[in-house]
Amino acid sequence: MSMLIQGNVWKFGDDVNTDLIIPGKYKLSITDLDELSRHAMEGVDPKFSERFVKGDLIVAGKNFGCGSSREQAPLVLKYIGVGAVIARSFARIFYRNSINIGLPAVECKDIEKISERALLQVDLGRGIIRNLTKNEEYQIKLIPQEIWQILSNGGLVAYVKKHDKLPW
Amino acid sequence: MGKTTSEKIFSKASGRDAYAGDIVIAKVDAAMAHDGTALLAIEAFEEMGGKELWDPSRVFLVLDHVAPSATEAFSKVHKRMREFAFKHSANFYEVGSGICHQLMVESGVVQPGSLIVGADSHTCTYGALGAFATGIGSTEIAAVFLSGKLWFKVPETISVVFEGSLPYMVTPKDVILKTVGTVRADGATYQAIEYQGSTIKEMSVEGRLTLCNMAVEMGAKTGIAKPDEKTLEYLKNLGLKPQTTFRSDEDIEYSKKVEFDASELEPQVACPNFVDNVKPVTSVEGVEVNQVFLGSCTNGRMEDLRLAAKILKGKKVKKGIRMIVAPASRGIYLSALKEGLIEVFLRAGCVVCNPGCGPCAGAHQGILSSGEVCVSTSNRNFKGRMGSMEAEMYLVSPATAAATSINREITDPRGLRLE
Repeated sequence: MSMLIQGNVWKFGDDVNTDLIIPGKYKLSITDLDELSRHAMEGVDPKFSERFVKGDLIVAGKNFGCGSSREQAPLVLKYIGVGAVIARSFARIFYRNSINIGLPAVECKDIEKISERALLQVDLGRGIIRNLTKNEEYQIKLIPQEIWQILSNGGLVAYVKKHDKLPW
Repeated sequence: MGKTTSEKIFSKASGRDAYAGDIVIAKVDAAMAHDGTALLAIEAFEEMGGKELWDPSRVFLVLDHVAPSATEAFSKVHKRMREFAFKHSANFYEVGSGICHQLMVESGVVQPGSLIVGADSHTCTYGALGAFATGIGSTEIAAVFLSGKLWFKVPETISVVFEGSLPYMVTPKDVILKTVGTVRADGATYQAIEYQGSTIKEMSVEGRLTLCNMAVEMGAKTGIAKPDEKTLEYLKNLGLKPQTTFRSDEDIEYSKKVEFDASELEPQVACPNFVDNVKPVTSVEGVEVNQVFLGSCTNGRMEDLRLAAKILKGKKVKKGIRMIVAPASRGIYLSALKEGLIEVFLRAGCVVCNPGCGPCAGAHQGILSSGEVCVSTSNRNFKGRMGSMEAEMYLVSPATAAATSINREITDPRGLRLE
């Protein structure tokens, strides 16, 4: 996985829950990820998956991904090509799920300084976000080693395939 | 300094002296997945080269979210789960058995001091018996199916204290809605909540299950009620003799303490579209309602059904509204049948569904149309959860739900005069 992720920002507010990211009625009726992904973020922006450009970034407020344990929430985001989700804070199951499927989820306290469509460069190695539009730098919360080894290998399944064992 | 319940359970499960903030590898006592999460778990298990379960007697697979299946796509999910469960000799619960969380509790696998993970956010329910139980995703549950282990960050603990007796028609659901409204949807993220005080002590284990169930609505990793005589009695009735119990020491520091006077509590309502948008029922009385749901892992147990039946006895669900009842398990359904509650519901004009999640997850048995309003005893009222993005959901207690069904508008149950 690349340590440098660059993309434009799609900005969301606080408490974006898993039913907004992928409504239960789709999660429980569509098992094909390609079809399911067309409904990504539909609860906030019905046209999101059509307009989203692969490689772009999601920036959100506090408690992103609260609600259900559905792994389909980070999965549809990864499937449409979200480079990273940056939020003030994450709900814990969403956070763990993201890491386990290899979708970078980073916490940053300065999200209010980031505007819609800004061009960001997330440097996971150095733990900073560069706002290339405003020429600013923000710290991201340090990712513990236990989590980093899963994320940097592309997720838990990818880790196991590569190392032929679980990280623990 | 002493240790919290969570620190004690993680110390036991990881074999090291664990404190809040530590990342530990811990052995789990059981792992559960249901038809909303198991397919991805089975795929991940096989992709990781899984040949056998670490311990089939500790793996639970439950068909409850869309059970019986409502679509062909879902029938495939059920088929795959059945095949996997039979192949690996896991514990398997067929459609109609009930909701995973209730079944886990009834199975006897949940005991004080157990560490349990489930691929469902409401796994935190089991803390009502003094266990540490938390929700995880499908890929992680697959890793647990393989190894019986997982990494955890030992959480800090928030103390939620209720003192005093609950007034007439004020229930454990109102206690937890009040708590969620105060602590807010992210107020306990990554932390454990311990429910304490005389109100909790007086409360039945069923009521404590309601409290712990909604800990995740505050972002908590789990909710825990201190095991006591009531817990032991409950476990005894399940045919169990718990060996160990863990309780927080007296001299511990909580990350936060929130205190309430239960005797002044009014019935509470979580208003659209957030679980922490909580108001007293008096401020939303009169809101017109199209559907009422009584059930779910929050409020589908005997006490909930008894209270609703007490209100509905000899009454009729008002014309223009449908009242859907789903007992949380087959055992509960049978008890309700024996006590005559099911007859009360049917005579009142309710729809009584098979045990399971009912319409809570928005997949069947009562999907809302745009412009409709639903009053539900479940735990989430997110936009679009039970159907249309333009439908609205209010979360209430079984008493408020039943009172609402006979008036077709949100009703304060305290105004009822029962025979």
